[in-house]
Amino acid sequence: MKRAPTHSYPGINLGERHASAHKATEVVTFGFWVFLMSDLVYFGLMFAIYITMIDAQAGGPGPHELFDLKSIFAQTLILLTSSLTVGLAMLALKYNLPRARIVLWFGVTLLLGISFLVLEVRDFMAMAEQGGIPQRSGFLSAFFGLVPLHGLHVAAGCLWLIVLGIQLRVKGMTDVIISRVVRLALFWHFLDLIWIGIITIVYFGGLTYG
Amino acid sequence: MTPSYSGFLGRLDWDALPITGLIQNPNANEIVANAAAAIVLVGVFVVVGLLSWFRLWTPLWRDWLTSVDHKKIGIMYVVFAIVMLARGVLEGVVMRAQQAAGPGDGFLEAEHFAELFSTHGTIMIFFVAVPFVFGIANYVVPLMIGARDVAFPRLNQISLGLTVSSGMMLMVSLVVGRFSTGGWTAYPPYTGAAFNPGVGPDYWIWAIVVSGVGTTLTGINFAVTIYKMRAPGMTFMRLPMYCWTIICSSILIVFAMPPLGVAALLLAADRYLDFHFFTNDLGGNMMNYANLFWLFGHPEVYLLVLPAYGIYSEVFATFSAKRLYGYNSLVIATMSIAVLSFTVWLHHFFTMGQSALINAVFGIATMLIAIPTGVKVYDWMATLWRGRIRFSVPMLYGLAFLMLFVIGGLSGVILANPTVDYQVHNTLFLVAHFHNVLLPGVLFGLLAAYNYWFPKAFGFRLNEVWGRVTVALWTIGFLLTFMPLYFVGLMGMPRRSFSYDDPSFHPFMMVAIVGALVITCALFSVLIQLWVSIRDREKTRVPVGDPWDGRTLEWSIPSPPPPYNFAIIPTVTDRDDFAAAKDKGAAYPTPDAYEDIELPRNTGIGFVLCVLSGIWMFALVWWIWWLAALMTVLMILAVIVWTFDDSTELTIPAEEVRKDHEAWLARVHGEKAVDRDFETSPENRGLARPDLEAVT
Ligand code: HEM
Ligand SMILES: [Cu+2]
Repeated sequence: MKRAPTHSYPGINLGERHASAHKATEVVTFGFWVFLMSDLVYFGLMFAIYITMIDAQAGGPGPHELFDLKSIFAQTLILLTSSLTVGLAMLALKYNLPRARIVLWFGVTLLLGISFLVLEVRDFMAMAEQGGIPQRSGFLSAFFGLVPLHGLHVAAGCLWLIVLGIQLRVKGMTDVIISRVVRLALFWHFLDLIWIGIITIVYFGGLTYG
Repeated sequence: MTPSYSGFLGRLDWDALPITGLIQNPNANEIVANAAAAIVLVGVFVVVGLLSWFRLWTPLWRDWLTSVDHKKIGIMYVVFAIVMLARGVLEGVVMRAQQAAGPGDGFLEAEHFAELFSTHGTIMIFFVAVPFVFGIANYVVPLMIGARDVAFPRLNQISLGLTVSSGMMLMVSLVVGRFSTGGWTAYPPYTGAAFNPGVGPDYWIWAIVVSGVGTTLTGINFAVTIYKMRAPGMTFMRLPMYCWTIICSSILIVFAMPPLGVAALLLAADRYLDFHFFTNDLGGNMMNYANLFWLFGHPEVYLLVLPAYGIYSEVFATFSAKRLYGYNSLVIATMSIAVLSFTVWLHHFFTMGQSALINAVFGIATMLIAIPTGVKVYDWMATLWRGRIRFSVPMLYGLAFLMLFVIGGLSGVILANPTVDYQVHNTLFLVAHFHNVLLPGVLFGLLAAYNYWFPKAFGFRLNEVWGRVTVALWTIGFLLTFMPLYFVGLMGMPRRSFSYDDPSFHPFMMVAIVGALVITCALFSVLIQLWVSIRDREKTRVPVGDPWDGRTLEWSIPSPPPPYNFAIIPTVTDRDDFAAAKDKGAAYPTPDAYEDIELPRNTGIGFVLCVLSGIWMFALVWWIWWLAALMTVLMILAVIVWTFDDSTELTIPAEEVRKDHEAWLARVHGEKAVDRDFETSPENRGLARPDLEAVT
């Protein structure tokens, strides 16, 4: 069954139940946006550091030796798909589909997130085999300061998915839980956005200028 | 440096204790170090002893440590800031004494002196100014905007916990090991592993990172609180000036703390994992650090001074009994300063080798800030103009500020000229400049706020006489300590020097130490004032809640306010809503109906994170890896477990609200209204007589 779409936020059905919960969610979601902006500054600065250090290779291996575009392509596909599955979870929320549906999409997202991380770690290990370790040069330090930071965020997102999945099962669709789902989705899309920055600046930019 | 210790206690051993140094090599330097460590330990024992003696552990836990009430959190912030202020000031005095000891070596070793200015700067900025500013904001902002709490009360508690635990790290560094010698800016490569393999910079790094997280969360919290929690009718253009400055400083925090976090964490990566962000070899580039640090550092001073501007705006308006002059221009000026503060960071390293053009651009950008600041000063003067001025304690701080801050600002404009900066950078001229803006600007503002809002928080006024003495001591002490530094700075005395040869500096140093002693008296005077006021509190009670004929909403409720602040959320129709209501005779309305009020329930999460993060930092500093890993896991678990807790709200029944509110209203109607001229007499029970001149 569909509900009348009186939503301030896509995917959220609080208004009809009671307005105060709606207001509370609005405040929390806005707060989370502000947090994301702050986090974005972190990433922005790490990008800036990377750009200033692209040439600081100190005779060590550079982008051309180290970057494996095929793997990056796979990771990109995986991550973009995971944004889609989080979106599907949100739609399930919006149209009041059974809770199991949301948990299912959470599960798929989690698997995609983990496979992304596995591929990423494999890449790092392959780089290390060719001498591409962060201790080798300023360029590699900057690379390993930025890309794993995104990976760490993905890992945190995975943990969040697990915890929230459990809470969905035990507690059901309370207002608090729904508002957490909304924020998790925001966070996940945010990570995608950062990843787009990483492929353009770190990988393509690195290959062009490095 | 790759960590090579793998023992159970990492690199912690007996040499870390200052007493070992004293036994091996008894001299003045070691005695000073041991005395400081002893003070910390004695302090801990005294506090623990007193709490046990008076059986205060339970109330402490129940009413304070687990509280999520913004008012209590605000008070805890301020107490913490004042404790740290005492340490910071004493360190300043020891440094001044060292230089006053004359040309030659004095009584401290160079290393120790370096530790002193590093802890002093770090403490004053991160553990005095920031917690003090946000302690006051915590108390006042929700009351001013007619809200029952901040947007995220539990997050607020966590912020406090993180700030306190990192401040404690600075205390621990007195007793176990040594603090950094790299100044509050901790520039690599000097603070890198190659030059500084010890624990000092690590103490700095983790204290900065953890308190930085706490501060960022506070910034988010207050930006959202002011944006989303205002009472109905309170449009942005009706927002009290102080709230405007807090929202601007919160936004500054959201954007300026990340650069600091990045700088500190990358430095940690260099030190712990042998990365090469800022090292001299293998492509490291320390200029990246300078840029990151000052991208934070410059906005930082504005996030401290803007709230002080806000406080002065409220104080000038109230104690001149006038509407704030030029409100719109003050708002615009505040926002311009906030934006401009992000465009000038490079003036902190004019001499580090960028082109003349870049220096010129940043020099001009810096000077531009003088324009909105000037606008503010004129607005404040116009507010005073023809007001019915009362020379109360906050007003006296305000007047001292107006005069002294202009000098500090002017010396800033002088420094903003790169050609001048080349001559005086890294001299005491700079030290004089920033103390000249930080003391009269930030610290006086905070002390004014403390005097101004104290009766709101505790229900009684602070002692006026001691208040005046305190203002006088701070002002005279400030002038004696820091004005001479302008002169020796121009004569070329470098900052951060533990000794010097030129005898012509010596007379100035003597004046400065006298000043520092006067400042010490000022510090004691703050405590005496508090003690005397507590002793005489029966004579100065202001239960009705409006001792100063205030203009904004926080004065319209009892002192101290009930846990839920407002029995009925007010509807705002004017900028100085309460003043307008008093004029119309519509203050203290009797509500038609009451409703149940939901408040957040107590939680221990902030305290738990405080303890865990404290141990985590200590473990990282001393390379006790297993403990650091354990703490990381525990912190994550604590948060996860906490999110499972559902019983987070507590309902205060309408009946109870009604009883309390009606009792207070009865008191309001039974009390005799006092004229402003009798404000300081015992007659002042917090009911001000409306004054016809009040509106201009
Ligand atoms: C209250 C009396 C104070 C005294 C006697 C005092 C004294 C000093 C002294 C002697 C220095 C070292 C100057 C040098 O490098 O040669 C210093 C540095 C500094 N002070 Fe203060 N100070 C006081 C208050 C404050 C306050 C209130 C703040 C900030 C809110 C502050 C912030 C700093 C900073 C940031 C430094 C630079 C530290 C560094 O060089 O890394 N001070 N102060
Ligand atoms: Cu600056």
